[in-house]
Amino acid sequence: MSVLVEEVVSNSEPPAVKYTAKNFQSDQDVRWCPGCGDYSILAQVQRIMPELNVKRENTVFVSGIGCSSRFPYYMDTYGFHSIHGRATAIASGLKLARPELSVWVVTGDGDGLSIGGNHMIHLIRRNIDINVMMFNNQIYGLTKGQYSPTSEFGKVTKSTPMGSIDYPFNPASLALGASGTFVARTMDRDPKHLQQIIKRAAEHKGTSFVEIYQNCNVFNDGAFFTLTEKESRDENVVYLEHGKPLLFGKEKDKGIHLDGFTPTVVSLKGGKYSVNDLIIHDENNSTLAFILANMTYNHALPRPVGIFLSIERPTYESQMTRQIQVAIEKRGVGDLEKLLGSGDTWTI
Amino acid sequence: MVKKTKSLDEVTIRFAGDSGDGMQLTGTQFTNTSAIMGNDLSTLPDYPAEIRAPQGTLFGVSGFQIHFGSTEINTPGDQCDVLVAMNAAALKVNLRSLVDGGAIIVNTDGFNDKNLRLAGYESNPLADASLSKYQLFQVDITKLTALALADMNLPTKIVDRTKNFFALGMMYWMYNRSVDTTVEWIRSKFKSKPDIVEANTRVLKAGWSFAETTEIFNVRYDVKAASLPRGKYRNITGNTAVALGLVAAASKAKLDLFLGSYPITPASDILHELSMYKEFGVKTFQAEDEIAAITSAIGASFGGALAATTTSGPGVALKTEAIGLALMVELPLLIVNVQRGGPSTGLPTKTEQADLLQALYGRNGEAPVPVLAASTPSDCFNTVFEAARIALKFMTPVMVLSDGYLGNGSEPWLLPNVKDLPDISPKFRSDPNNYLPYLRDEATLSREWAIPGTPGLEHRIGGLEKQDKTGNVNYEPENHEKMVHLRAEKVERVANDIPPAKVEGDEKGDLLVVGWGGTYGAIRSAVEAKRAEGKSVSHLHLRYVNPLQKNVGELLYNFKHVLVPEINLGQLIKVLRSKYLVPAVGLNKIQGQPFKSSEIEEKIDAILGGK
Repeated sequence: MSVLVEEVVSNSEPPAVKYTAKNFQSDQDVRWCPGCGDYSILAQVQRIMPELNVKRENTVFVSGIGCSSRFPYYMDTYGFHSIHGRATAIASGLKLARPELSVWVVTGDGDGLSIGGNHMIHLIRRNIDINVMMFNNQIYGLTKGQYSPTSEFGKVTKSTPMGSIDYPFNPASLALGASGTFVARTMDRDPKHLQQIIKRAAEHKGTSFVEIYQNCNVFNDGAFFTLTEKESRDENVVYLEHGKPLLFGKEKDKGIHLDGFTPTVVSLKGGKYSVNDLIIHDENNSTLAFILANMTYNHALPRPVGIFLSIERPTYESQMTRQIQVAIEKRGVGDLEKLLGSGDTWTI
Repeated sequence: MVKKTKSLDEVTIRFAGDSGDGMQLTGTQFTNTSAIMGNDLSTLPDYPAEIRAPQGTLFGVSGFQIHFGSTEINTPGDQCDVLVAMNAAALKVNLRSLVDGGAIIVNTDGFNDKNLRLAGYESNPLADASLSKYQLFQVDITKLTALALADMNLPTKIVDRTKNFFALGMMYWMYNRSVDTTVEWIRSKFKSKPDIVEANTRVLKAGWSFAETTEIFNVRYDVKAASLPRGKYRNITGNTAVALGLVAAASKAKLDLFLGSYPITPASDILHELSMYKEFGVKTFQAEDEIAAITSAIGASFGGALAATTTSGPGVALKTEAIGLALMVELPLLIVNVQRGGPSTGLPTKTEQADLLQALYGRNGEAPVPVLAASTPSDCFNTVFEAARIALKFMTPVMVLSDGYLGNGSEPWLLPNVKDLPDISPKFRSDPNNYLPYLRDEATLSREWAIPGTPGLEHRIGGLEKQDKTGNVNYEPENHEKMVHLRAEKVERVANDIPPAKVEGDEKGDLLVVGWGGTYGAIRSAVEAKRAEGKSVSHLHLRYVNPLQKNVGELLYNFKHVLVPEINLGQLIKVLRSKYLVPAVGLNKIQGQPFKSSEIEEKIDAILGGK
């Protein structure tokens, strides 16, 4: 850290006072459409921030363009509402320059996976310690209703009157394919789960990629209702919990069994299968993570929600810092006079 | 026989061969040795975009021209006095740049039937009379190299690769310079490969001894040291000077340097160079693309680093939106464009000045940024340092224009005294009372730099229009107009903070030649030559292209004629005409090559009438 920066910034110790959610609410009026899923996500993040024990001034939210990207304006932390798709790259530069900061990216399925898809996969493979919250509403909201890279095949929108012929990304598979070290999925209408996952993401050292199913009640209302609503949720969602069997159903009487490499639904009624035949979730197993993530668009299977993978790999910024240390150990702190006069010189 | 030694004021040599023949290395070594001997010099590497183009072809020819002397040297030389041609294609491509009566040293092994066919020669130029107006020296460099290494049992491929050192050795003898610097370089470059050290050194010395002994060469030339100002010198390319300028600026700003960059010809060397300076705390980030390169730099700038991105024209095109963001959020940032031939992919390894209007206007909305242009390889250091000073003081992105000719070309550089470089450290805001993100300094109109980590200054910035002072999102018509004016005015006020423009020559007269960027040397040489003839001509070279220095208009009005030579179709001239309403005329060349002084001299004659 440069001398000038050191002079003004505070240390990385936990805050002296206990924050409340209110401390993270900025003075700006929140301007999402009434009923938007973003409100819930904002509330859960503000609620969980005090538990992270990071000073407000050491927290930065960076976003791109889209409805979700207005998020930083509503957080009373440092914030940067940037340009379309580039939040991940801006956050990368910020984190590399200032590794001690807690850096968050708020993005959407368009911003993060379409125009910003390239930066997203490169951030993930580098494993820079940034927390990415990717609000997936499967539609372009801010531009008023075109299909997105996560919209389902055949979707009729303003720009696809005969139905979309784009095959959608599965964000979790994409993040795993980019060698993600923390990949999770949660939902706007499950506040407790959302809080848990955000907390885990914040604690993870390395890039945390969290896909958040978010309802756009204006342009894609109900896209996830079968997954989020009480009447249907139990039958359609399987929660991933480390060390626990993959059970689902109102009565917890169904589970996911691995037939070779293929996950299948089995009933625990009737005595053919027991809990012992089910997949036991292991967050540290990347092969399993791929299999589980691939359940996503298989309509014969419940939708997996939770942490697919959480593994350790050295972060980019720690290695960058290390190389600087090694260079200083080897050659001493840089001397400008010497540097300018390096190579072959002569005197007149 | 007794060999004669003649004294010369200046010489231009061009080394030419296949792109795999090591001509760039040969030229660089000759350059460094000449620099250490105290010659003033200027170089022009001229190589194809293909890494290893098919052997013996015309498009695979790589050249390196060095102009050195005991007098002031401003250009790599309009024409060469000596051409070293390693094969027929190299001769064919480069013969037109050789002066009548000039010397050609050829490797005869490079003139077999296949070589001649590939070069498009119907008869062997070494055998017919086509080269009769030149002094032709025929040496079987390939064979002599093999003989020199006969007892070493090296693979033919390795032996073949050392033959450029034979040519270099001959040229060292011819121009009376020692092989020592190159021997030392070989030793450190190949220190883990003793065989290669031995082979290269032996071949270098063999070339020298061959020239000394054989009767082919009977004259050698002495080019004495130039009378340069006193001090310590090194030879430097423009790209290295940019890298050093950035490190120096960060050091004098008391900030860490962050470089976000994506490899692109001819700017990549800046990234390579800076990645070696980790002990200075320099962080280099090879991004996934040009956009991430600049946006990562913007992120680093938000965090309080001196941030830069280095690229060439196609890269700037991709960075355009992000430059707009940087000026909207008013964060300091350096964008270095080492221009190359365009449009599109264009001529990656050739030089051009056609990105000036892109630098000035190539963004959506009213989006002014200061633009500075370097005039010589070593001037890249000063220009980048000055750009950093402006960026930090005015909280703005600044565009620095270099070009392929400056970036790869080199000249001796009088090392600056680190103590004399000004302190350019910014002041971060720390007082949490009454902080508003877009409050401005009255004189410069720059906002304060409040970095994450500072207690009590939590705030949000972004690309949406800002409300004056608060920085909140605001769409009111009057506010937008006010902010557009404020951003423009801030950049205009840079003109209050820079020295007045200075003319080389008289401040009044018949003709003012106005240039910017890498044309400096050619214009200077031409203007000096014409002044020596008694012509009333002066030279104004602009480092500050936006904003222009306050006295530029006045200087233009002091002359009857204004000539603007540019390596484009006329870009600066548009700015000067529209801003000052002067009837300037252009001299434009778009061949991927720098101007020759003679081309500018001819134009001066045409304007001022006769010789």
